[in-house]
Amino acid sequence: MLAYLIRRAGYALPIMLGVSFLCFMLVHIAPGDPLVAILPADASIDLQKQMMKLYGFDRSLPEQFFHWLWRAMHGDLGTSIATSRPVTQEVMKAVGNTFMLAMMATLIGFFFGCLFGFVAGYFRNSWADRAASFMSVIGVSLPHYWLGMVMVIIFSSQLMWLPATGAGPDGSGNWKWDIEHIKYMILPAVTMSFIPMGIVARTVRALVADILSQEFVIGLRARGLSEFGVFKHVVKNCAPTALAVMGLQLGYLLGGSILIETVFSWPGTGFLLNQAIFQRDLPLLQGTILVLALFFVALNLLVDILQTVLDPRIERA
Amino acid sequence: MSAVLPPSAMPTPAPVAVVRSRSHGANVMRRLLRNPIAMTAAAVILLLVLVAIFAPWIMPADPFATSMFKRLKPIGTPGFPLGTDELGRDMLSRLMLGGRLSLFMGIAPVLMAFVIGSGIGILAGYAGGGINTVLMRCVDVLYAFPSVLLAIALSGALGAGITNALVSLTVVFVPQIARIAESVTTQVRRSDYVDAARASGASAFTIVHRHVLGNVIGPIFVYATSLISVSMILASGLSFLGLGVKPPQPEWGLMLNTLRTAIYSQPWIAALPGVLIFVTSVSFNMLADGLRTAMEVKQ
Repeated sequence: MLAYLIRRAGYALPIMLGVSFLCFMLVHIAPGDPLVAILPADASIDLQKQMMKLYGFDRSLPEQFFHWLWRAMHGDLGTSIATSRPVTQEVMKAVGNTFMLAMMATLIGFFFGCLFGFVAGYFRNSWADRAASFMSVIGVSLPHYWLGMVMVIIFSSQLMWLPATGAGPDGSGNWKWDIEHIKYMILPAVTMSFIPMGIVARTVRALVADILSQEFVIGLRARGLSEFGVFKHVVKNCAPTALAVMGLQLGYLLGGSILIETVFSWPGTGFLLNQAIFQRDLPLLQGTILVLALFFVALNLLVDILQTVLDPRIERA
Repeated sequence: MSAVLPPSAMPTPAPVAVVRSRSHGANVMRRLLRNPIAMTAAAVILLLVLVAIFAPWIMPADPFATSMFKRLKPIGTPGFPLGTDELGRDMLSRLMLGGRLSLFMGIAPVLMAFVIGSGIGILAGYAGGGINTVLMRCVDVLYAFPSVLLAIALSGALGAGITNALVSLTVVFVPQIARIAESVTTQVRRSDYVDAARASGASAFTIVHRHVLGNVIGPIFVYATSLISVSMILASGLSFLGLGVKPPQPEWGLMLNTLRTAIYSQPWIAALPGVLIFVTSVSFNMLADGLRTAMEVKQ
């Protein structure tokens, strides 16, 4: 077990290094001078050279990379070109908001996904199964940014039940867990929850159907266990995989929330990325992507390890 | 004991007709044709593609003609069956012409990734050893990004535009296809018939060409078709963010973006382009599901 954990963590290290390298390269695959956004159009060659030196662009690529990596490992992701504030500070503020939203969406999606999945798996080939399967196809085929717009149209513009954009009545700065603030989270979170819902439903349906067809379930029933008792066994058996899927989905949502955050003007990493892209603020883009991608890799690792711990039957080669 | 029956009592064997067994492809096609859901999906896709191709000839109005007096007319206005957009352009015509870029941007990256990803995966799977490790670790790094994030990161860095969006989306799908291609190829490489071919002195090229390709392309292709729906959503998403197609070109994602300002005045017009993205994406998903069942590819 311990050997597996060490090996699995060792495998994640080169991936993290590769991910960092790719994020580093983002600035260099960008066409044009990365400093073009801050330099005046008529900047003298001298000034250009000075700025290049200041941002370290005059050194060789490997040198730049290791210098950048070293600083990133110490929590310094450089300075935003547009705002001159430290990137780390901006990203950390936004990550909190995105995490909150993604977590909420994952929980909603997981709950309904499991519900549909269990119903479909228990009553295979019934109308409920077909409905649940249909729901899961819809869930993975929905353009979520469009669903967000439709939600705004229905619940904000037509029914006027919920606010359409932002993260609180007094701007977006300080989040509180009260009803006034939570109202702002409902639409984006429900919209986002459709992404994991379909996938969780599909997975749970397959798991439940598979477990119910196994001999130990016939054995349990033969011993006179109540249907609820059997159900508990089914839950226990599909929990590790379902939880793993949920963990990975949380990671996807953290990275993929940009579109939904744009629709709802949610002040998270998506908003930050949008800003970084349109102001050509490459250090901010690089820093945000790096944090999200590393988070995703770490979450993958955590899910793998947890799954092994939860389900000792899984033999890791 | 054994009674010898006279020849006349022997059951006459039925005349053996030389029936050429149907090819695998024909079987798959036959099963697919019998699947009503997949066929409906295919019909919808065909319709959308035909409308997109012939849009310039069947459009009721000029999709670029703006008019300040005809802005945001509701659905059902005479002359504008689906209303007009925020610049007074005919929605129906723009949706028809917009299908060209939307479908192209959804399908092209998957096709390109299918070629590149299969190439990488088959090479890694067949070569094994060090080549496999190096190639697949590179693929793993790309795979470690959530796909939306990678697409946005690349197009964000490269800048807006159709070509850049196509490149970014291709890069997103290459690792996914390469991983499938690698695992299928590794399985085939270990099979007896490949060993037999090698033992009989066939060159690596001959083995890959005659024995491996035919067996791995099917599963890879099925997987690739299931990515088209994701690609449609992502491509339109990039345009929605302003990273793909540039105005005034009509494209469904971009139309959604520019119509966002109208969700309070003409909500149903604002939602229209999304309906088409959704219908296309569902159809591709269902067709891919049908194809997977027809090919009996387990995933």
